[in-house]
Amino acid sequence: MDLLVDFLPDLLTGLCVTITLGVVSFVLGSVVGALVTVARISGSRVLRASAAAYVSVFRGTPLLIQIMIVYFGLPQLGVEIPPIPSAIVAFTLFSAAYLSENFRAGILGVDKGQWEAAASMAMPYWRTLRRIVFPQAIRIATPAVGSRFVALMKDTSLASAVTVVELTRVAEGIGTSTFRYMEALLLVGLLYWGINTLLQVGQQVLERRMRRAYA
Amino acid sequence: MIVSVRDLHKRFGDLEVLKGVDLDVERGEVVVVMGPSGSGKTTLIRCLNLLEVPDAGTVRICGHELTKRSAREVRRRTAMVFQQFNLFPHMTALQNVMEGPLSVRRVPRAQAEPQARELLARVGLADKCDCYPAKLSGGQKQRVAIARALAMKPEVILFDEPTSALDPELHAEVLQVMRELAREGMTMVVVTHETAFAREVADRVVFMDGGTVISQGPPSSFFTDPDHPRVRAFLRLVAS
Repeated sequence: MDLLVDFLPDLLTGLCVTITLGVVSFVLGSVVGALVTVARISGSRVLRASAAAYVSVFRGTPLLIQIMIVYFGLPQLGVEIPPIPSAIVAFTLFSAAYLSENFRAGILGVDKGQWEAAASMAMPYWRTLRRIVFPQAIRIATPAVGSRFVALMKDTSLASAVTVVELTRVAEGIGTSTFRYMEALLLVGLLYWGINTLLQVGQQVLERRMRRAYA
Repeated sequence: MIVSVRDLHKRFGDLEVLKGVDLDVERGEVVVVMGPSGSGKTTLIRCLNLLEVPDAGTVRICGHELTKRSAREVRRRTAMVFQQFNLFPHMTALQNVMEGPLSVRRVPRAQAEPQARELLARVGLADKCDCYPAKLSGGQKQRVAIARALAMKPEVILFDEPTSALDPELHAEVLQVMRELAREGMTMVVVTHETAFAREVADRVVFMDGGTVISQGPPSSFFTDPDHPRVRAFLRLVAS
């Protein structure tokens, strides 16, 4: 408990950085993921194949490697990005790959009859996606997307490997200076759990709201 | 001629579903398509708005030859009522009916909404405007679907087994709405097993079997004096 008091400023900063990493990467990842999904279901073979390759690469390699490539590898090519933006870039690309699969599952889960009803009334493709398919796909995808958000929140601890002072790094710091690793690590573990509990509650509220039309 | 089909062929893999179908529908005509399951009725009606792409033959709707390129133009002039309703579940009944006018016909909302309410009233659902489909019975859903079809101001409505997914006691309310449409002069192509409806409302009954039209004629002669043994066998089966 005294650790909490002594290191409160550090912990708060770490908490803010962790939440920022998670939320910003999730939002950007959703946008990129949606684009990847649209490419994956498009009529163009080139787009479909590129999107599939993207998903395969970013799902098939360790997140830690991706983060380190952005922070330690890219400078060799003349691209230098500060630690936090580096981490956000890697988290965004990584979660976009997973989220695009969640979105795709959502779209495939929409009944074929919905597309046919829209087609039979001459609704254009994009409008069908936007007005008819996406709203239903989002509802189907929400549980999986929520899990992805929670997983991402925990994955942000890997940013500590590229010198980002987020919660995990703060815990390490407290441990090194006080040798009370156990308490420090348990404390930040609890904080992660707290954040994710809030996320899960948020997800439940959202799911309940979206279910209203269907009940 | 509002619908004109010539020598239509369609196969799914090894299964040849349509083996050269000809069909004409005149403006204001109600054509009922009957036949045993697997005879190609549903495939035929789905070819009329290109939900199925035929392998060979031509479909002309209101003078337009139906191709992938002209599909949207043709679909603007037709509407379809599906066996499974296919209402948009995230929209209320009113929003379902307004969607076509807003999205496709570009009618301003201030105009689309009263029109949609009027259409829902016409199918007897004035009090269900704000209900989501999940809250409606099958018969009510299908009536919303008919209102949604009418909102497109189609020149012909295609009904694909509109009562087949309904409990028997709900058939009547849907058929009643269709009967009124027919009386008002709507051009309709109806795939159905409802012989009573065909007898009473159809101008012409088309009988399909094995992927071709094997008999057609006005219901008076079709039902009382069937010219083809397959029709006789089918009618006996349906009647029993």
